[in-house]
Amino acid sequence: MSAADVNKASASADFVHGHNEPHGHDDAHDDGIPHASFKDYLIGFLLSVLLTAVPFWLVMGDVLPSKLVTTAVIVAFAVAQMLVHIVYFLHLDTRSQGGWNMLAAIFTVVLVVITIAGSLWVMFHMNENMMPMSPHEMRIAP
Amino acid sequence: MSAHHSTMVAEGADRWLVREELHAQPGTMLGFWLYLMSDCLIFACLFAMYGVVGGNYAAGPSPKDLFELPLVAVNTAMLLFSSITYGFAMIEMQRRRVNATIGWLAVTGLFGLAFLGIELYEFHHLIHEGAGPQRSAFLSAFFTLVGTHGLHVSFGIVWLVTLIVQLKRWGLTDGTRRRLACLSMFWHFLDLIWIGVFTYVYLMGVLR
Repeated sequence: MSAADVNKASASADFVHGHNEPHGHDDAHDDGIPHASFKDYLIGFLLSVLLTAVPFWLVMGDVLPSKLVTTAVIVAFAVAQMLVHIVYFLHLDTRSQGGWNMLAAIFTVVLVVITIAGSLWVMFHMNENMMPMSPHEMRIAP
Repeated sequence: MSAHHSTMVAEGADRWLVREELHAQPGTMLGFWLYLMSDCLIFACLFAMYGVVGGNYAAGPSPKDLFELPLVAVNTAMLLFSSITYGFAMIEMQRRRVNATIGWLAVTGLFGLAFLGIELYEFHHLIHEGAGPQRSAFLSAFFTLVGTHGLHVSFGIVWLVTLIVQLKRWGLTDGTRRRLACLSMFWHFLDLIWIGVFTYVYLMGVLR
């Protein structure tokens, strides 16, 4: 065994030992567990409170003049809050797990959008194209 | 001959050995993330179903008649509080403080239970009023979507209690830390789904 090998062996022993030390900061990324910071959680929480409270206020207080505008605004707030949760709570970034997390997330978002938007689109047009029911048919409908 | 051969192979293979320290990450976190993404697809289907049949009241009650937004707001707050307290548990885990981690986990569990209690109260109230899942397509879709989310939270609480017991027994080992990180993703993911529920089902339902 050369001197270099011995050095390496002791270094890797230190590395393993580092996991059990009371304050290991350098090993935060080695086990794939993202590093959580108090600041991140606080920012995420405060943003979430804001992004939750405003939509509830808009709907309960009947603040905006049209329902369409209110709907658009609360959907925008929901999307923003989901992004806040993904960034500050789920710690998703392009570097975690060598980018595979992000790739899976993007793929999922594409599928989710196709599923929800596609279903609504198709079914809306089905409803439009259905033959209208006569009052008599409606009366005997289950 | 065979010994000579094996040394030849070893010397040849030597060129391919990685000299620097290996930083391979265990696949658990990625695998759990993939599970969450597949779970996300389940919820996408349920949301799509609610979107399609959510307006079919069958001459029964509509969201405006049924939903009480102040109650939903309290429920949302419970889940949001539980998210930040789980974050505190993760921070204590990084500081290797077992008891503080267990304490914040317990607080998280209590908020989760409060959320479940309010949801069960709401369900009971609806069924009592005759607006159960069998009343209309809208209510079937509503109970399926919100109930599936509630079921996830219930299993999350079971997992949380299990982890508290494991932490008490074994402390913060590599295994328990990994499980804590997985549950952290699960818990925050459920809060993320709830954003969709309260916006799409409750707020937009009352607007409709």
